[in-house]
Amino acid sequence: MEILIAIMIGFLYASGIYMMLRRSLVKLIIGIILLGNGANLLIFFLGRITKGAPPIIPGDAKVFTEAFADPVPQALILTAIVISFGLQSFAIVLVKRAHTVVRTDDLDEMNATDEDS
Amino acid sequence: MTQQLILYPLFLQIGIGIILLFAWSKIKFQKIFSILGSVVSVGLSCWLFYYIWNYGTQTIQSGNWAAPFGITFVADTLAATLVLLTSIAGLAVSIFSAGSVLKDRLRFGYFPIFHFLLLGLNGAFLTGDIFNLYVWFEIIIISSFVLITIGGEKAQLEGAVKYFTLNILASMIFLTAIAVLYGLTGSLNMADLAGKIAAIENRGLVEITGILFLIGFGIKAGVFPLYFWLPASYHTPPFAVSAIFGGLLTKVGVYALIRVFTLIFTSDAFLDNILMVIAILTLVSGGIGALVQNNMRKVFSYLIICHIGYMIAGLGMFTEVAIAGAVFYLIHDIIVKTNLFMLSGLVYRLKGTNSMRDLGGIYAKWPKISLLLFIPLFSLVGIPPLSGFWPKINLIKAGFSGGSYITVGAIIFASFITLVIIARLWAEVFWKEGKELPFRPNFGYFTKMKTYKRLQFIVPVALLSIVSLYIGFGAEHIQELSARIADELVNNQGYIDSVLNLKK
Repeated sequence: MEILIAIMIGFLYASGIYMMLRRSLVKLIIGIILLGNGANLLIFFLGRITKGAPPIIPGDAKVFTEAFADPVPQALILTAIVISFGLQSFAIVLVKRAHTVVRTDDLDEMNATDEDS
Repeated sequence: MTQQLILYPLFLQIGIGIILLFAWSKIKFQKIFSILGSVVSVGLSCWLFYYIWNYGTQTIQSGNWAAPFGITFVADTLAATLVLLTSIAGLAVSIFSAGSVLKDRLRFGYFPIFHFLLLGLNGAFLTGDIFNLYVWFEIIIISSFVLITIGGEKAQLEGAVKYFTLNILASMIFLTAIAVLYGLTGSLNMADLAGKIAAIENRGLVEITGILFLIGFGIKAGVFPLYFWLPASYHTPPFAVSAIFGGLLTKVGVYALIRVFTLIFTSDAFLDNILMVIAILTLVSGGIGALVQNNMRKVFSYLIICHIGYMIAGLGMFTEVAIAGAVFYLIHDIIVKTNLFMLSGLVYRLKGTNSMRDLGGIYAKWPKISLLLFIPLFSLVGIPPLSGFWPKINLIKAGFSGGSYITVGAIIFASFITLVIIARLWAEVFWKEGKELPFRPNFGYFTKMKTYKRLQFIVPVALLSIVSLYIGFGAEHIQELSARIADELVNNQGYIDSVLNLKK
């Protein structure tokens, strides 16, 4: 199970970076989304995977007696998901706006900023 | 009352931001309120600084969750100094924005976002939790995305796409680094991490995590070879936005590097060597990049990169003298870089262009303004006794005593190349016979402005120039301050004890 998730995270990272290296603006966004999901899963995964053991102390006990799932990574990815959602929506709007103004989808043609003036 | 003192700068900025959101279309109110709020923020930061200077590092645990379980806010001398500098630069840019940013942009919430940006900066300096640092970084970059795109011109949007992509990538790498760090140690509190990282057997894994942090923060700080987004975007937004970006955004990356590499990944020869190599290449490539540029703002963008190298070099040498030099340079750099971009805004309003080839004759026409602009330009070069000179003494001294002669060579080379660039800029922009530029009827030339409007350009530049002069002539005080900061950073037990409450 763990090895499968590890491979999947690696795959998400690799495809995310690959898509970001493409010249198309839309693929850039897809790359950002894949990379963001990869990072979120990585946080989750590094909190160790525990099956069916929520971090809740039973009513008749004071401390945990058995292994339990670490709640911190779950809180972290919640934050990270919300943030990356915001960033991705901004990215989509920005790319749409850039496309209407520059009239191209090709990053190589976005070179007005390199002009010498 | 003083218990929550650390949080006051944050409350103030978020308060200003929210109130300004409600006054969405009342531009005049926004201008006045933003400037007044920034004045209050300078006062508050002075208070915080005074308190930290007298009583030492202060901490506050949010929600009263004892460290390392809750989020801790820590104000040590470095954080308090940077909060003070942020509020000073914020005040100057706030006045400058009131004068220089066009109405169309102000109507789309320029000022509220500006204060949210300052909130993010203050938060990043004051937090003691690595994930919380990530959240503050996100607040900074989201605000900066809005500021860089507001107005929606072609060059701006193209610059924004580059700025945006690289900053998101940096955040993802930073997040990955946090994930690995959490997997290794099970903690997020930086003071707690310091001890836990030192105890890990598998040093290879620790070094890889360190490198992930280095790449994440390095993109934000603009070090070689990760800086290409910076000169592609910093010259596109309004001048006031460039000023706050140039002065503070790259510096927050440097701050994070200093914090992480003095507290968590300490005394690792491998990482220190990488930092040194990066510093040397940054110094050289930034300087050479600036040589060939024609647009004033692009020259300054490359100089930002070049001078980041000084701070990274100081961090890489990792002696108390070197870190004192790096911190001194950081203090000087925040003020002077903010000022340089405002200066280029002023020159733009004088002549209607930023191209050095077309500019000229400013000294003949406006001798007093030229003399004022002389101060930031030559503070940057560091002609003694102006402010850029003193930190380099520390850095070169540390380089010689540590035997890293190549770094010393790179530092001297970068200072020399900065001198060449600024001398050429001075000759081209101020001394050279001015060309007759085509008159633009709808452009707000400086000569056409009313006196109060002119003051909004002159006052912030003068304010930061005075601060620069103080850093230069009162170098003894700043030296004392940076020596104390360096001492706190190198002997980090005080910070750790203060956060984890081990003193009592």
